[in-house]
Amino acid sequence: MNPLVIVHLYPREMNIYGDTGNVLVLRRRLEWRGLPSLVVPVQVGDPLPTDTDLILGGGGQDAAQGEIGRDFVRRGPELRAMADDGVVMLTICGSYQLLGHQFLTKDGQVIDGVGVLDVTTRGSDTRLIGNNHVQTDWGRLVGFENHSGLTELGAGVRPLGQTQTGRGNNGTDRTEGAVRDNVFGSYLHGPVLAKSPGFADELLRRALARRGAADPLQPLDDSRELAAAEVAVRRPR
Amino acid sequence: MDLLAIWLGKLTLLALRATGRRGTALPGLVVEKAFPGFLTRRLARLSQGVVVVSGTNGKTTTTKMVATVLGQRYRVLTNDTGGNFVRGCITAVLQHSSWLGRTPADLAVFELDEAHAVRFCQLHRPERLLLLNVLRDQLDRFGEIDTTAQLLGKVARQVSGDVVLNRDDPRLAALAAGLTARVSYFGVAPELRALFPTDEELYGGAIGLSDLPASAELRALEPGVGTELTLRIDGVDERLTLQAEGAHNAQNAAAAAALALTLGLTPDQIADGLRAVQPAFGRGQSYTLDGRRVVLQLVKNPAGFRQSLRTVAGLHPAATVIAINDDYPDGRDMSWLWDVEFAPTLQGESGRLICSGSRAADMAVRLHYDGLAAEEVIPELAAAVRRAASAVPAGQSVLVFATYTAMWELHQVLSRQPSRNAA
Repeated sequence: MNPLVIVHLYPREMNIYGDTGNVLVLRRRLEWRGLPSLVVPVQVGDPLPTDTDLILGGGGQDAAQGEIGRDFVRRGPELRAMADDGVVMLTICGSYQLLGHQFLTKDGQVIDGVGVLDVTTRGSDTRLIGNNHVQTDWGRLVGFENHSGLTELGAGVRPLGQTQTGRGNNGTDRTEGAVRDNVFGSYLHGPVLAKSPGFADELLRRALARRGAADPLQPLDDSRELAAAEVAVRRPR
Repeated sequence: MDLLAIWLGKLTLLALRATGRRGTALPGLVVEKAFPGFLTRRLARLSQGVVVVSGTNGKTTTTKMVATVLGQRYRVLTNDTGGNFVRGCITAVLQHSSWLGRTPADLAVFELDEAHAVRFCQLHRPERLLLLNVLRDQLDRFGEIDTTAQLLGKVARQVSGDVVLNRDDPRLAALAAGLTARVSYFGVAPELRALFPTDEELYGGAIGLSDLPASAELRALEPGVGTELTLRIDGVDERLTLQAEGAHNAQNAAAAAALALTLGLTPDQIADGLRAVQPAFGRGQSYTLDGRRVVLQLVKNPAGFRQSLRTVAGLHPAATVIAINDDYPDGRDMSWLWDVEFAPTLQGESGRLICSGSRAADMAVRLHYDGLAAEEVIPELAAAVRRAASAVPAGQSVLVFATYTAMWELHQVLSRQPSRNAA
């Protein structure tokens, strides 16, 4: 099999909360099953590989989002085409916001998003910070939220799940994250895939299925990850 | 009136001590509430004023270095007990004051975190400021690195005398513009820059070289433990050996030297002072447990953790315990563990690996994804260190990396053992 191509978007700027860990988790979970992968870091101005299977993006500084935001928007048509074509995307925090229609900052500035996800975000004065876990169709997602943008979901997406103890997308409707086709957005750092092995495998399964790979993923020993998740959900927010 | 404040504070200190508690905040809090102008009045009397040390990493050790070096020429009061907030400063003044109400000191050296440094300036405009670095740390408290740098800029603008900046940290070097204070710099030689990455460089950015002049520059560093170094202080090369392990302390020594120059110390005096500095609490202190040497290293953030991991190369531990708590002072978010690469330094060097602390399970996952296997996961801290000690031959070392609250708990346990601080 040709290596699964995993694009890591803006690894320098959009990684202040350990979201790089998501790349490592996917890479290892493939490696442990004898499946090859190729991680391609994509910086501002770099081309996206045409054979991209998976795109991962993390959270970044607000100041960086100006330049990153413009670069993201320039890739809009390409990213929308990839999303329509079933490319698997997992975007966290800042890159989740940029996948939406727009980000309205506190001082009224509108930063355009890519429009892959039917969500809009506005800045706020309060930061939603704390441990969070979310029940989803692919098991429990366990992570840590840290954002001041409040995100509202449109009709074109459904929430990734319901928050149990956290504030989620906006602190009011108990939704966390957004999904459409193979595109996922979430506010869960942690990194989220570290303690959510079922979800990590779901992303891999979708990427492999899109490639036409017939074999099911071999099961791994997830006892460490699940034990850590069990501890995390019992910790104070 | 200050006499009353000192009595109140000292009595609170005595009461704490009588009940066997460690208190750097409470006496300060009591005095702050009852006598709000106390700190301001006391600090105004110091003939050489106040030095504030701030930044993300190395504050405690550097404060100790600055205080020790300046102690050769001045009477220094300092918050060396780890209370790095305004109340801790008040407590330090109380501890240095006599029951007769005298505070026999020429200057104060205070370690303050970024947010408390801003608060401190409202009470006293510091005469001198030393800024070490801005790295990602406790983002669940401060939000963003740029926010942290802005806080430090606010502090720098309040300084009346000298501001000493790390020329190799672009966020700090940028603060020089628009300051009324005199500015000088410390730095490391270009050949050594790769050992001391800034936040951008840690995350893949190219190493940037500054052409700003440094009044104290780290010129050479013996490989390995990194305690033998050469500092160029005001143009004079001084060779010295530090007692605290880790290359990061060599950079801190350059910082302390640059600050000491602003107070008129000679390069020889500075080098002598640096040689005498003992390791600060939890920064490589060692203890004895059942005939095994146990070394404690505090870890707080990715950059510091990476630096601390290098101490395994010098120590060759037979077992390594990584103790991660997630109480508020440690940081609740575990994401930061994924910004540290464990495999390159620990592989084959760590001895037996044990994860401990309230988030031992998270640490075990992190190691697993770096291809390292934790032999055991023992959340209870004392049990984990005892287990490590019993698993290694007598005379061998156990290295413990611990977050803030984990380190305090282990310090309590290990201090109760006979013959602590066996070197």
